[in-house]
Amino acid sequence: MTEQMTEHLVKEAGMTEADREPVPVISLRGATASLGSRPVLRGVDLAVGRGEVVALLGANGSGKSTAVRAVVGQVPLSEGRLELFGTPLKRFRDWARIGYVPQRTTAASGVPATVREVVSAGRLARTRLRPLGRADRAAVDRALELVGMADRARDSVNALSGGQHQRVLIARALAVEPELLIMDEPMAGVDVASQEILAGTLREQVAGGATVLLVLHELGPLEPLIDRAVVLRDGCVVHDGPPPRAVGQHALPGHDHVHPHAAHDAEPIRTGLLS
Amino acid sequence: MDILDYAFMQRALIAAVLVGITAPAIGIYLVQRRQALMGDGIGHVAMTGVGLGFLLNASPIWMATAVAVVGSVAIELIRWYGKTHGDIALAMLFYGGMAGGVMLMSMSDTGSNANLVTYLFGSLNTVSPQDVTTICVLAAFVVLVTVGLRRQLFAICQDEEFARVTGLPVRLLNLLVAVTAAVTVTVAMRVVGLLLVSALMVVPVAAAQQLSRSFAMTFALAVLIGVTVSLSGAVTSFYVDVPSGPTIVLLAIAIFIALALLAGPLARKRARGSAAAAERCTLEVPAARVPQDDVRV
Repeated sequence: MTEQMTEHLVKEAGMTEADREPVPVISLRGATASLGSRPVLRGVDLAVGRGEVVALLGANGSGKSTAVRAVVGQVPLSEGRLELFGTPLKRFRDWARIGYVPQRTTAASGVPATVREVVSAGRLARTRLRPLGRADRAAVDRALELVGMADRARDSVNALSGGQHQRVLIARALAVEPELLIMDEPMAGVDVASQEILAGTLREQVAGGATVLLVLHELGPLEPLIDRAVVLRDGCVVHDGPPPRAVGQHALPGHDHVHPHAAHDAEPIRTGLLS
Repeated sequence: MDILDYAFMQRALIAAVLVGITAPAIGIYLVQRRQALMGDGIGHVAMTGVGLGFLLNASPIWMATAVAVVGSVAIELIRWYGKTHGDIALAMLFYGGMAGGVMLMSMSDTGSNANLVTYLFGSLNTVSPQDVTTICVLAAFVVLVTVGLRRQLFAICQDEEFARVTGLPVRLLNLLVAVTAAVTVTVAMRVVGLLLVSALMVVPVAAAQQLSRSFAMTFALAVLIGVTVSLSGAVTSFYVDVPSGPTIVLLAIAIFIALALLAGPLARKRARGSAAAAERCTLEVPAARVPQDDVRV
């Protein structure tokens, strides 16, 4: 695994000597996890190298969301090892290197809050208990600019559309100025305009050297950015390599992929009606 | 102002102001994470503390504080671990606390039902000088936590999972919120009473939300409304012979209704302002499906 990783990094164009780091940013090995009594991850290996953009794909219930939540320490592993930036999770304290976008449909809570207030919360990874300084406010401003929400900074998040909620949640993660972005379905329920803005934001982050792990239901406008796709099915990795090409009507521009379906290599659905 | 000539009324007004500040200040975080009735539960548990105070001839306020803090920590632990039967465990804790309070009260020599009622619904003119000192110390703690840690508490109440990934000590901060809520309950106990304390934590916040768009503004307005209703409730109960707790709560609800009626036209005015600046929609929908398009699933 380490050899593959080094190979990949050497192949990466425009990398200086200092950027080459043999240690993967994320290293998940033999991970198993259950929610309640149901096993959700059944021995997942996932390694993400510095500067890589990895998409985690799979049908609903395949365990992709649980896998990323395990990576950020929010789902306990019953077996397996997790290292972030070469440090085992238990000893990992450097959370300011990670920007996390949880799976949410809203950035709102029980009390009104402005876009700026929500995005500023992301900065706590760096400030912890000290008050926000000038540099922190500047980082929040930049994050708002990046997702095109600077003009809405003083508006209540309750007044936003679904796509704008997602942009706020991503700005909150970017306010940390992270090296590693972990996003759980950032494109869910996002309109085309917001999707394009988010793809542009991500492109800039990747150009700046960020590493990205994101859960997607389909590749969509992010496809050109993605180096590698890991496909999960029933809690196991069934594909780890170049992103699967979209074929047939799925490849048509503007195709809205919303109908329920099984993974392309899934076995036929057995309804039990014929047996 | 002849009302200030009475020492007991001076104490009552000090207590009222402190309650008006502290109850909404912690209440906003409970409302934010949709646990508006947490204060009510802690109030029930604190009754055991009051009963214990009477039974042991100790200060009911300090005993109530101790029991409420223990109870709130227990509630927080149930929230962590008791995912499946959490609500049943909470119900047992709440009603066990209330039953325990009444039981202990009846067992003590000095306690009586009349005494208990002053703790349940508040009784301003029984605030003793020692009570005022205690209330001042506890209120200072509540203000220190809710204002000093407002960014951190905002983050954990807004999105707990995200806050954990920023590396904040979320469990510790959650415990701090629970303990602060418990302390606030005992601060407010003499003024609005244990059964009505939750109203002063929630209603001013709900009223402030009608007008504000930001968390900071909601916080400031809620405290302003809290102080206004608790002070005017205290003064009203001095001139008209009515208990302070119900007066304060009914005033708060009246303000909520007034602001809610005001909020409708205000929101429509704002919507008109932002509609003018809105972008046109860019979503492209294919006009029709081609015949060979396979739509089977």
